[in-house]
Amino acid sequence: MTVADSTPPAPVLVNLQLNGEPTSVAVPPHWTLLELLRYGLGLTGTKQGCDKGDCGTCTVRIDGEPQLACLTLAVEVRDRHVETVEGLGVGGEPHPLQEAFARVGAAQCGFCTPGMLMSASAYVDALSLQDDPVVRREDIAAALGGNLCRCTGYTKILQAVEEVAQLVLDRQRDLAEPAAEQP
Amino acid sequence: MSAATPPENASQGRPYAVVGARHGKPDALDAMAGLAKYTDDIALPRMLHAKILRSPYAHARIRSIDTSLAEAMEGVHAVVVGAEMPTRYGVIPWTPDEQALAADKVRYVGDAVAAVAAVSEDVAIAACKRIVVDYELLTPLTTPEAALAHPENKIHEANKHGNVTKQVQLAFGDVDAQLARADLVIEGHYQFHGSTHGALEPHCAVAHVDGRGLLTVWSATQVPHYLHRELAKVLEIPTHKIRVIQPPVGGGFGGKSEPFDLEFVAAKLAIKTGRPVKCLYTREEVFLAHRGRHPFDMHYRTGFSADGRILGVDAKSILDGGAYSSFGLVTTYYSGQLLGSPYVFDSYRFDSTRVYTNKPACGPKRGHGSVQPRFAIEVQLDKAARALKIDPIALRRRNFIGENTTTINEFHIGSSGFLECLDLVEAASGWKERHGKLPRGRGLGVAGSTYISGTNYCIYPTDLPQSGVQICLDRSGRVRVFAGTSDIGQGSSTMIAVVAAEELGVHLEDVRVVAADSDLCPVDLGAYSSRITLMAGNACLNAARDLAGKVRQAVAQKWGCHKRDVILADRRAQRLDDPQVWMDITEAFVLAEIEFGTLGSTGSYQTPREDVHGEYRGGTIGASPAYSFTAHIAEVSVDEETGDVKVENIWCAHDCGRALSPVLVEGQIEGSVYMGFGETLMEHHHVMPSGLRTDGARRDSGPGKEGLLAHSSLLDYQMPTSLDTPNLFAGIVEKPDPRGPFGAKEAGEGPLHSVIPAICNAIFDACGVRVDALPVTPAKILAGLRAQRVGGA
Repeated sequence: MTVADSTPPAPVLVNLQLNGEPTSVAVPPHWTLLELLRYGLGLTGTKQGCDKGDCGTCTVRIDGEPQLACLTLAVEVRDRHVETVEGLGVGGEPHPLQEAFARVGAAQCGFCTPGMLMSASAYVDALSLQDDPVVRREDIAAALGGNLCRCTGYTKILQAVEEVAQLVLDRQRDLAEPAAEQP
Repeated sequence: MSAATPPENASQGRPYAVVGARHGKPDALDAMAGLAKYTDDIALPRMLHAKILRSPYAHARIRSIDTSLAEAMEGVHAVVVGAEMPTRYGVIPWTPDEQALAADKVRYVGDAVAAVAAVSEDVAIAACKRIVVDYELLTPLTTPEAALAHPENKIHEANKHGNVTKQVQLAFGDVDAQLARADLVIEGHYQFHGSTHGALEPHCAVAHVDGRGLLTVWSATQVPHYLHRELAKVLEIPTHKIRVIQPPVGGGFGGKSEPFDLEFVAAKLAIKTGRPVKCLYTREEVFLAHRGRHPFDMHYRTGFSADGRILGVDAKSILDGGAYSSFGLVTTYYSGQLLGSPYVFDSYRFDSTRVYTNKPACGPKRGHGSVQPRFAIEVQLDKAARALKIDPIALRRRNFIGENTTTINEFHIGSSGFLECLDLVEAASGWKERHGKLPRGRGLGVAGSTYISGTNYCIYPTDLPQSGVQICLDRSGRVRVFAGTSDIGQGSSTMIAVVAAEELGVHLEDVRVVAADSDLCPVDLGAYSSRITLMAGNACLNAARDLAGKVRQAVAQKWGCHKRDVILADRRAQRLDDPQVWMDITEAFVLAEIEFGTLGSTGSYQTPREDVHGEYRGGTIGASPAYSFTAHIAEVSVDEETGDVKVENIWCAHDCGRALSPVLVEGQIEGSVYMGFGETLMEHHHVMPSGLRTDGARRDSGPGKEGLLAHSSLLDYQMPTSLDTPNLFAGIVEKPDPRGPFGAKEAGEGPLHSVIPAICNAIFDACGVRVDALPVTPAKILAGLRAQRVGGA
């Protein structure tokens, strides 16, 4: 009986920006980003619901885009920016989406929530970069279409994202208006 | 509040301070920040990973198992097989037909046979492939018809009656006479397909034995108490040497409400290796573990008077149970026991047979056993309303059972807001203006239902309390509550905090709830039967009132007034008659501690002695302290070219007695409606009767390939996404029941039931097609439309 087939391959070094911090980590080459985050780095906020790209619970942002950590090899994020739910709040303060989700009851069991928040934050950030942004329920539903939730029926999730998106746009307009009056 | 209105919080003579406010969950930000530690988030030093070898055959005898190659692999620490845990168990003590690992026989594709603990999952998976099992193939029985036709081919040799796991025949009143005198008899054949829970967190267990020999098991379970009992039984360790902890659970819906192989496996391997062991299901294993909604085949005859009164119901059902009993004994009773309310039946009888088949075991899914019959009876009512030319809502109102009454099968109904539920959805949907006036292809349908708030009788016979709560007050003004309750996302810890905060005059965030840890908390039976709000809520209320009394008495002594003139609210103790006189709640707690010593109390909930239930075999099953009521209206559009059904809107009104946390109640209503919608139109837990795959290709026509799961992934199973889900309206109706804490009844399961028939009735309203065999598919709609044309309709 040989043991060759169970010998793990040699780890490779991956440098990445993780939640704004430069991070160097040795990782088995067959590991997914999800395995790296959860088992390699102890960032268990990112959840595993299916491990095959169907449920969206492992959604993280890679260079700003929502991506499935279970379908991304860890070595693929070399030199890229990875954001997880642990990096969403700033300076101990929750992100407005986190605050809104908590307030309106958008999380029941909370298991889909980290992934949902990452998709929602990508939607809100992308919206604020549009020329003439409008908040539409159907756009939010589409942005969250890859994230399954089994508890809520999505109603309160859509409500929370809608509130925050509108708030962000309103704030943007408030900031833009005095500037427009400048000669 | 007018002077004439009695105070809402009667024990304190003041309005509610916390109950009924639109709060979220006090601990919600933990989940938001990724801080909540679910079972798979636990990593212990030197922890091993376990994987389970599963049967590739639906029905086979195990001749031998050779684990030597697996054990020889580097990185493998232990292997366990069924012979090491031979004791049979089952969540229902009367039907112990399961083993942690199959010892002599496998009964479905996926039955657990052996398990390996290794340094990593990869090594454990590789080792499972080295285990050699010699199977003797038996003829698989994958349909109830086949299982009933072949009693000699017993799936469980020890079973008394062939492959029948349970038969219930109960009759109330003279059904034959009533049907004979009926002006209209509607006869229908209904089929309810199977569906599964689909909680996003896969089952997971971690086990560890400490230096004192205490076995600790962390598990994603919704019944830590039953797990505790069954672990002791199967592992042959006394309960005091086992600690069960339920970390935050990522959804249950009934899918985690009994012990599973992985908990025994992790525990046994931890004992064998002396190291912590984790076992995590893959998504495919979650589908195999199942315990979801039973497929039902139902024949119903319902007699009506010309003015639409229900005279008699004759129901005959076959339940496809799968490979094990699970909760099936209870399911078989629920298939008929909850049929009556919210209506008056002059007579009814049911004959239900649950059958073993070589498929993943069915069990309790949200609305356990009563969702399928509810579908049948509510479509029967719709058919009657059409035939008698009575508005379907009016027909339901006409048959309303009323309040403070007893059903024909002897259950006591306390408060009922069913009529108010009908009024609410009727108004919200614009029923009066729109029903019957919509263009072809668009329709409205209505249905109603009822559900239990816990069961008066425990799963195992006992006179012990069903729920216990312990409360401590500390000098910082905080309240600590220790409760056995299982928060699986429904918010039971929030409910406990609301009750404690309401009585003790603190804010929600001042209450720390420690739950579901058998070393720290009194017993609660678990998150099933919609029991926690009523039972643990009452236990918490009892404990909190006891402590609040002490605090008020200590403050009253200082102020020289009577205890009843002191109220606790909003982090203050205050004079009832003079709001200017108050002190901080912390000071009040300190005064009480000086007076009475360390402040603690306990409360429990026990089935009241005056409980009403049927004096017949099975008459306790379905008996509940209080019943919730629900009404749904669905609006659909049907594309007659493609057969596609789009559900546009669903309005649901639910009588939960008192909404302790309206935001959470709405969440339960919305989630229930969503789940029922999904299983009406999209979901099907389906096992192939032959070797056919979902794509129609023949996988292997050789023997032993029957019983394959048609969907091993969430992609194939198709739960609705945010893009599929219709607009959901959640309306709360409050008819306080004296048996609930502050009048509260259940909200977690009732609102699922009638959404399914409401959608089907709306489809008929839209295009004249009855889909009596679920799920609704375009092919069934098109077949119905074709039949209309052929019939010249």
